Formats: sequence, C-alpha cells, structure tokens
Amino acid sequence: MSAFEYAPALESTSIVNIADSYKLFINGKFVAPKSGKYFPTINPATGKVLAKIADANAKDVDLAVLAARNAYAKVWGKMPAAERGKYLYRIARILQERAREFAVLETLDNGKPIRESRDTDIPLVAAHFFYHAGWADKLQHAGLGDSPKPYGVVGQIIPWNFPMLMLAWKVAPALATGNTVVLKPAETTSLTALLFAEVCQQAGLPDGVVNIVTGAGATGSAIVNHPGIDKIAFTGSTEVGKLIATAIAGTKKSATLELGGKAANIIYDDAAIDEAVEGIVNGIFFNQGHVCCAGSRLLVQENIHDEVLEKLKIRMSHIRLGNPLDKNTDIGAINSAAQLAKIKELTAAGDSEGADRWSVPCEIPSEGFWFPPTIFTGVSQTHRIAREEIFGPVLSVLTFRTPQEAIEKANNTPFGLSAGVWTEKGSKILWTASKLRAGVIWANTFNKFDPASPFGGYKESGWGREGGRHGLSAYLKGSN
Amino acid sequence: MATPVTPRIDVLKTYKLFIGGAFPRSESGRVYAIKDSKGNHLANPALASRKDLRDAVVAARSAFGGWSGATAYNRGQILYRMAEILEGRSEQLAVEIAALEGVTPRVASQQVQESVDLLVWYAGWSDKISTIAGSTNPVSGPYYNFSTPEPIGVVAVFAAAKPSLLNLVGAIASVITSGNTAVVVASEKFPLSAITFAEVLATSDLPGGVVNILTGSAAELAPWTASHMDIDAIDASGLTPKQLKDAQLAGAANLKRIRVFESAKSPKRILDFMETKTVWHPIGI
Repeated sequence: MSAFEYAPALESTSIVNIADSYKLFINGKFVAPKSGKYFPTINPATGKVLAKIADANAKDVDLAVLAARNAYAKVWGKMPAAERGKYLYRIARILQERAREFAVLETLDNGKPIRESRDTDIPLVAAHFFYHAGWADKLQHAGLGDSPKPYGVVGQIIPWNFPMLMLAWKVAPALATGNTVVLKPAETTSLTALLFAEVCQQAGLPDGVVNIVTGAGATGSAIVNHPGIDKIAFTGSTEVGKLIATAIAGTKKSATLELGGKAANIIYDDAAIDEAVEGIVNGIFFNQGHVCCAGSRLLVQENIHDEVLEKLKIRMSHIRLGNPLDKNTDIGAINSAAQLAKIKELTAAGDSEGADRWSVPCEIPSEGFWFPPTIFTGVSQTHRIAREEIFGPVLSVLTFRTPQEAIEKANNTPFGLSAGVWTEKGSKILWTASKLRAGVIWANTFNKFDPASPFGGYKESGWGREGGRHGLSAYLKGSN
Repeated sequence: MATPVTPRIDVLKTYKLFIGGAFPRSESGRVYAIKDSKGNHLANPALASRKDLRDAVVAARSAFGGWSGATAYNRGQILYRMAEILEGRSEQLAVEIAALEGVTPRVASQQVQESVDLLVWYAGWSDKISTIAGSTNPVSGPYYNFSTPEPIGVVAVFAAAKPSLLNLVGAIASVITSGNTAVVVASEKFPLSAITFAEVLATSDLPGGVVNILTGSAAELAPWTASHMDIDAIDASGLTPKQLKDAQLAGAANLKRIRVFESAKSPKRILDFMETKTVWHPIGI
C-alpha cells in the first residue's frame, strides 16, 4: 500500500494488568453491583473480551449519590480550597507517573492508536488536572462572582471516543470548584476510568468525592433523573443531549452539554496547500474520526478543488491502518460493532444519494472493527453525509466560489461546535472566524486542545464550555 | 345665540404591534380589552397570533447580521439615544404606568427614571462586555489562542410583569447591547408601556427588526416561541413555573438557552445570551 514497509513495532502490554471483572467504585471502595449483573468489554481491534464490567442499576446509583452527598457535606465542601487543589496536583502527578499504563489500557479498550493515547490523550489528561488544581483556591478571582459556590453533587456522563480525556474534562473542574462526582464512563470504554479510581485511592482522595458507576443508557438515565444530583454534565450525541434537556425540564437541575458537530474545514485558494492537506487529514482522520469536532465537511474553493483532492489522496495513501498497539499506526479500530454499522449505513446513503466514494486501498484486518479512510466528492448540502454526524473516518467534500458562499455553507447546519479555516491572509482568517457560528475555530491548524482553552458549541452542539476560565462556570452555582 | 361649549375630545392611541420597525395590527384581527386599576376601559391592544410571532422572528433574524455586525460603539450610542428619547416621553409613560399598575404618579415617574438610567447603564456595556468576558489563553504550544463572547442570535423575551417598564427595558437592553435581536412578548396585563416604548425604539435610530414587540397572551405564545426552531434563547422571567417547564420541554428541540433572571441590572443577563468563541492560530515564522 505504500512505498515503505515497516516492521511491526508493538507497544508491550505487560505494563497493564487487566482483571477478569471490575466492580463499581463507590465511597472509595470497589463494591459489587446490587444488580448482580456484569457485561463484557472488548478490544475492538480483535473483538476479544478484555474483562467483565459491573452493570450499575438505580440502587447502585443511589448508593453512589449518597456517598457523594456525604463527602460533599462532611469533607470536600468544607475543606480549604488550597487543600482541595493539592489533591488535584497529586492526581495529576500520579497520572504522569502511570501515563504509559493508561495509554496502553486506553488503546486496548478503545482501539485508538498508541501514538495518540500516548502522545495526546494521556498527557492532556494530566495537564487538565494540573491546570485545574491551581484554580481551586483562586475561584474568587475568576470573574464569576466574589464568592462562587459549588452545586454539590454532579452527575457526569462521558463518551467512548476519548475515555480518559473526557473523564479529566469532567472530573478536574468539578473537584477544583468543590463539587463531588458520580461519573459514568461509556459502556464500551470503562477500563481506564476504573484505573483512575485506583489513582484516586493512591492520591488519598477522601472517600466518596469521586464515585464511578459503570453501565449503559439505563445507568445514565438513573443519574440524570436522580433527585439527589444537582447538576448534570454530559458529553455525547445531540440526540441524548436533547433527552437530558427534556428530563431536567421543570427541575432545579442545570446541565452542561457537549454534543455533536459537523464541522466545516474551509480551504481558500490562497492557503498553503500542503499544510492544509495535513490539516484536512488531522481534522477528519485523527482518532478514526471519532471526534465531535472533526472537520468532517471539507469546503474547498472551486479553483483549487482538483489540486487539493489529488494531494489529499496521495497523502491519505500513506496513512497506516492496523494494530492500534503498533507505534506506526495512524488509524486504529472503530470502537464498536454498533458504530461501524452506523458508519456503513451513512456511507451507503452517500452512495445512494449520488456522491462519489473513494477509499484508501488498504488491507483491513480480519478480526475486529475497521473502516478505511474514505472521502466523498460531489457532495451536496442536502446529502445525509453533509448533514449528519458520521463519527468515523469519512470526509464529505463540497466546493465554494466566494468567501460569502463558504460562510453560508459552513453555517448551514444545526450544529456549531467547531470549524477550520486555511488561508495565508490574516484579515481573511479573522473575517472568516468572526462569521462562523461555532465555538472553536482552528485557523491554519485543526484539532488542538488545551486545558486553558474553552471548548464547546453554539446551537445544537450544546450548552456551556469546558476548559479555561469559562469552563469553571459550569460547576459554580449562579454563574452560568 | 351662544354656541354651547363642548369639551375637547381626546385623540386616543391605537395600540398596535411593533414588527420590523413598523406598527402593524395583528394579522389575526384580534384585540383584547384592558382596564385600568379602577376597572375603567383603557385600550384594545392587539392580541398577537402565532403568525405574528413568526413574522417577528423573521424580522429579528433579518436584523441580526447588521446589528451584530455594527460596532459596539455604534450600538452603545443607539442604546444611549433610546435613553434620551425615553426621557422625553417620561410624562406619557408615567401616566400609563400609574393608570395600569395602580401606583401613584410619583412612583410611576420614578419607575420611568430608573428605566432611563438602566438603559444608560446597558448602553455602556456594549463595548466593555467582551473585555470583561473574553481572554487570551496560555495554551501549551506555539499557538495564539483567544476567547471572545458573541451574541447568540434571536432571543425571545417574556419580561416579568411589574414594574412593567423597568423589567421590559432591562430585558430588552441586556439582550440587544451585545448584538442580539429580540422578539418581546409584553406583559398581558400591563402592555401599554411596552407599545409606547416601541415608539421610543422607532425614533432612536435602532434598525427595524432589532426589537419586535408583541402584545397578547403569554400562555398562548410561549409554546410557539419555545418550539420555534429559529429562536436561539428565551428570557423566561415572566413565565409561570408551568409555562417555564413546558417551554423547557419544547425548547429542547433545538436546545434553546432558557433563562430566568431575578435582577434587572446585571452583566450576567448580557452574558447568558452570548456564546464564547475560541480561535487558535499557530505562531511561527
């Protein structure tokens, strides 16, 4: 498939120790679920079972909320803010110490390349805790009121695409602001969250400050509807986000929602084309395209369409798909059979609605779930592949003639999470950025994340921001 | 023969809607009667329909690009101009407020003065809110990264009933100072000051459609407002708890930002109807 052949360079898995089954983490201890039920979690690159995970029911969620409430009322809510911060610093340091272990486990459970879990996900996780640790005793200076107060018990539900990173985005600001947490990881990617529970123990975090209940939609629903929870923070699909908005209507609960996207990545004809091609690849193929802010709609100026597409196809041909544990791998496994089915359904709609499919001619492993890097050209705005979030390594290519048309098309979506713009002209960058109705604009770059940088969407991409000073308001009463 | 002395007959005002800078009647042809605090007939304001609401949203959406694209200085001057014109209309508004709310003339004119001052306060925020709420962010890498608040779009307003003018002015000013446009449903019981305030807006260089004011029933219009897919947010301060819950349920369809405020004067009111945008750009040579 490419000019170079690489010998396998597998990351060793000896650093991780996966148990046969995992219990819930409630009140500082691992406890068997009242439900008595467990479900398997698999390695999506092989389809093989890694472990069994406890399936928390409403009673288990009750216990977790009770533990979080007690911890809030008796310990965490009363603790001097500087001390709270020191626990977060401890957690950040332990995460750095055990980074490789987390990276390997993340790759095994999620299917993402070790290059990404090792170099992006886990370093950002540690950075997120370190950043928020410093906020704990400075909240009164954050411009969110003189005496900002935590909500109390926060229910947090996170997705499977960046399991540990999403945990960090949720847990670090919640704890820094003085809340306690009941967290539910996604059912296909619970392992690193449960390893994080061990980090909480090692850090000596008081019992009940972080509680982790594993399970699927029913467990999440028990959290959302629990009367003992003051605030919901959710990252996931817009569909579920709307269900949560409906569930909390008429209650005192508030919610932060980080939902779907269909980001436009705009390439003007005065862009540095080679850099833009790298940005296109990073925008849509990073993490198999399992990214809510992925640059999934390429808007390329008509007069450079052929040149960009030619270079893009050459570049894509050098993408290496395969074993996520291989350090040379660029694209790993699709996270689940269900997600693969969704990608196949939407790409089939792309074919039937008249777009032209091109996929990298690469070898697909015989086991596990895989989808080759794919682009569709000749896409119109009405096509499902231009409107719906595919959440896979699939790029829809549209064209435009004028900057105004680019903005029109970019904003023609109910989503508004992110967007990209490529041009060498500074004033055009700022003009474009100001016209785009999206919460994060990457100009001459894409898919960059940082704890100091607020992240979150306009319109149906969600409510509120995570990260930076702005993200604190999600966890401080009356400030959002 | 002496001509009998006839007292002069007052010329009474027809209270109409304010949509897109014009004063139409309700397309439905409906009106409703309102009485003063002593039970005497006062006026027949328009009873706005769902169609009027939709027309108002179209006007507000059309005005959004120009208003949000105007300079903050320009918006601030126009809000200040609104205060100037309102000051000049003080007497008329005080009379209407006293008649409807049943307060003394002194209390009524005090409310008008406070409303003028509140407008001046919000006028000054237009070119300061981004400084207060924006930031440059020290990311770990060679990138320049900044966050800035932007207006959210079209905001529907159900202002709390009393004091009618003060609540209305606070709600409208906090929504539009940042560049949003507004569709306002006036208090059903106390609509007169809202329509008279529309006359202030119409003579303040405020572009048509930036503020649209409907009179009528909140109970009738709130569900249509909540389910309208081109409204981005709702100031629900004037809704009952039941109406609020229903609005939250219907508003989930496009994840409307629905807020209830206690204070008429707070920068939080401005920020709650803004979205933070963060821009990244590489640093290099």
